Amino acid sequence: MNWTVVQRILGLLLMMFSVTMLPPIVISMVFGEQSWLPFVEGFALTLVAGIICWLPVRRLRKDLRLRDGFVVVAAFWSVLGTFGAAPLYFADVISMSFTDAVFESMSGLTTTGATVLSGLDNLPKSILYYRQQLQWLGGMGIIVLAVAVLPMLGVGGMQLYRAETPGPVKDTKLTPRITETAKALWYVYLAFTIACTLSYMVAGMGWFDALCHAFSTVAIGGFSTHDLSVGYFDSTAIDLVAIVFMFLAGINFSLHFFAWRYVSVRHYVQDPEFRAYTWFLITIAVMVVLVLFQHRSFATPADTIINGLFQAVSIATTTGFTTANFSVWPAALPVLLIFASFVGGSAGSTAGGIKVIRCLLIYKQGMREIVRLVHPSAAIPVKLGNKAVPYRVVDAVWGFFSVYLIVFSIMMLAMMSTGLDQITAFSAVAATLNNLGPGLGDVSAGFVTLSDTAKWIAVAGMLLGRLEIFTLLVLITPTFWRH
Amino acid sequence: MKILILGAGQVGSSAAYHLSREEANEVTVVDMSSEVLRELQDRLDIRTVIGHAAYPEVLNRAGANDADIVVALTDSDETNMIACQVAYTLFHTPTKIARIRSADYMNAKNLFTQDAIPIDVRISPEQLVCDYIERLILYPGATQVLDFADGRVRLVGVRADRDGLLVGQNLATLKEHIPNTEGRIAAIYREGKAMQPDGDTILQEGDEVFFIADRKDIRVFISEMRRLEDPVRRVVIAGGGNIGSRLAKALEQTNQVKIIERDMLRARYISEQLNKAIVLVGDAANEELLLEENIDNVDVFCALTNSEEANILSSMLAKRLGAHKVMALINRPSYVELMEAGSIDIAISPQQVTIGSLLAHVRRGDVVKVHSLRHGAAEAIEAVAHGSPTESKVVGRKLEEIDLPKGAGIVALVRDGGVIIAHHDTVIETDDHVILFLTDRRKIEYLEKLFQVGVSFV
Repeated sequence: MNWTVVQRILGLLLMMFSVTMLPPIVISMVFGEQSWLPFVEGFALTLVAGIICWLPVRRLRKDLRLRDGFVVVAAFWSVLGTFGAAPLYFADVISMSFTDAVFESMSGLTTTGATVLSGLDNLPKSILYYRQQLQWLGGMGIIVLAVAVLPMLGVGGMQLYRAETPGPVKDTKLTPRITETAKALWYVYLAFTIACTLSYMVAGMGWFDALCHAFSTVAIGGFSTHDLSVGYFDSTAIDLVAIVFMFLAGINFSLHFFAWRYVSVRHYVQDPEFRAYTWFLITIAVMVVLVLFQHRSFATPADTIINGLFQAVSIATTTGFTTANFSVWPAALPVLLIFASFVGGSAGSTAGGIKVIRCLLIYKQGMREIVRLVHPSAAIPVKLGNKAVPYRVVDAVWGFFSVYLIVFSIMMLAMMSTGLDQITAFSAVAATLNNLGPGLGDVSAGFVTLSDTAKWIAVAGMLLGRLEIFTLLVLITPTFWRH
Repeated sequence: MKILILGAGQVGSSAAYHLSREEANEVTVVDMSSEVLRELQDRLDIRTVIGHAAYPEVLNRAGANDADIVVALTDSDETNMIACQVAYTLFHTPTKIARIRSADYMNAKNLFTQDAIPIDVRISPEQLVCDYIERLILYPGATQVLDFADGRVRLVGVRADRDGLLVGQNLATLKEHIPNTEGRIAAIYREGKAMQPDGDTILQEGDEVFFIADRKDIRVFISEMRRLEDPVRRVVIAGGGNIGSRLAKALEQTNQVKIIERDMLRARYISEQLNKAIVLVGDAANEELLLEENIDNVDVFCALTNSEEANILSSMLAKRLGAHKVMALINRPSYVELMEAGSIDIAISPQQVTIGSLLAHVRRGDVVKVHSLRHGAAEAIEAVAHGSPTESKVVGRKLEEIDLPKGAGIVALVRDGGVIIAHHDTVIETDDHVILFLTDRRKIEYLEKLFQVGVSFV
């Protein structure tokens, strides 16, 4: 383990992150609010901490090793969650406890979207903006951003990139240089954000709400500037814009990159994960709408369709925006939607969950076993889009799946032992581990009623979910530390 | 520069390493083996593509469409040729470099033209290594001999010993020692660190000296640094592979050559190819065999088999049994460093010999030749100065006026076929070949800019 390298990069990243506390100050000035002080304090604290880390080792020139990459990513996300909480903790208007502030900031960065705040509509704009911005930074990954803007990360950048990017296949680069790949991803992300903002404005939002919601839409976050989430606007146009961009943000960003570079949609259509993702969303949406019709939950057919579609896309992609309180929807719908969030979006997108491609591979393996029963001596590779998937990847998917379930069970038991009922515990863990946001039962409106212990478990769940478990889990194995 | 490397073998991997550590290059490597590629991608900032190197679909995936250079380095000559053909026909790649092993292909006339097999540069690592060893044998005492200007000028590396005439004196006295020669000391490495030599520098025992001189003066120069050895007469080559047999053929007219090959059939085959050299069947690490063949009278023992460990051990054995000088072919850079410190006189690294001929083509500006030195830390470059004094940053200027970065020095010029050793008041003219020595490779980008003709530069 090369602690000095880790320390140097952590310091640099913290200094870089401190800059992100400046835009809320501008927002508070624009709206003539007096709420800028916590951000100045947060900025100073983060910057100084970064400098203290970086200064003693600034002259060091050593390459980052594979192991160091894990430590940097895990440490950075944990440290970031803490420092990101600083402005919330310092703000007198909301008077949050330390636990609440860290919960809120981690929920933002990991694009979960679970909140412990209420009365959002009356909060200062700068604080609202800051929460949305946290989601936006966490969406594409702040380390990917760092790799794009800090060229000296070099080969080490690949180690960091791999530890942060979701999905089973992480070796594919869009361009030969990792810096260029990271830049390309952020350009696509930025383009989506701008397009989404403009679309929201056209659909009738004010510029501030449009920008804030664009941040959390393309990041598949789920934070809103209103207690009623997107339901506040009560506008079909806005719902449709949100549906489209949530759908787009749940697609692998390298597909967007290729579509943009070669000006064609061929890559989408040929990609097996994209097809599975689309079919999956359509199936969920149709089921939800049919059940809603059957129970006559909404007055008009248009309302039924738009609400069903919105909620299906929002929950299945793990965004977590709501237009209606789906936790009281009839029959199995609430649990169906929570289950859908386990599948989540595509690998390489901003969505959470297990990822469509892993579920697809697991499904195909199941099918293979069935064929094997009929033809015991057949050689049957697992194929994706006419290409055989390497055994290594298939193994890794199974490993991930089992660890995901184990972590889920342990966390659910832990939640229940803090005194929560089964529904609440189940949905709280699902909402955090899948980076979804809203849950069922006591956590359908927010996590405010939970005990501090339960909140810390939720924080751990969000972090595990965002870093896809292994990056974090590897740090607590003895093998990792043995020299 | 977007570079496509086909084949991730020893030469391919080391090319990827050298090319990707230059900021300006974007490297993509194609190979059939996913294990090799994964290992490579963990180490280097490159993109990798799995597939057959000559298939259009694979080349397309690897980005052949906008690649500037395709370097085909797979094991197979035929794959390399077809890959270049495909790159030329389907993707219009401007520069195509291929490794061609077979001398038959190399010697064929009109084969590598645009309307036949469009390969711009052909590299034969075996031939390069063979030439390299031949030059080392020609100048006993030298650790490296590199050609510039078609061999008219040579850059020679020697380790100074206490019998050198100049050792213990300052460099300014060199002129008095040998008044009628043209040459210049380009760099001195003392205890592994580069130092900028000037007239007051005192040469010490153990210094590694790089000097450049006209071909005819090299022996005189070597005698200034160390005791001049007798010309090599008896050579023993261990390993009758491509390099070994080529070397034997090249040396057999001028030297007494014995070549040891383990495989009976191969031994018979090379004995048919060779005229004067003696082919011995046996193990190069067999003490009895070596003693029987009078190893203690041998001037040079070259271990050139495919296995670097065998090379190291057999040359160490030969040294102990009394061979005057031993050389070994070693691939791994770490082994090279390990061995040069002690028991082996010269470690030959095929990658380092080969990489120079690739680097010459990725440099911007008109670079004719690049030699990689000291495991890639230093470089010797031959570049052509183009343009008029108003367009170029070097033409029409005295050397002292040229703004060179620290660690770079101009050592010689080649003008109209004649060699001019650099002095502070030498003026560079259009189309001069300028030979530079760079002790710090990181300054290369600055040098490239210097030799580019700036359109807007007034």
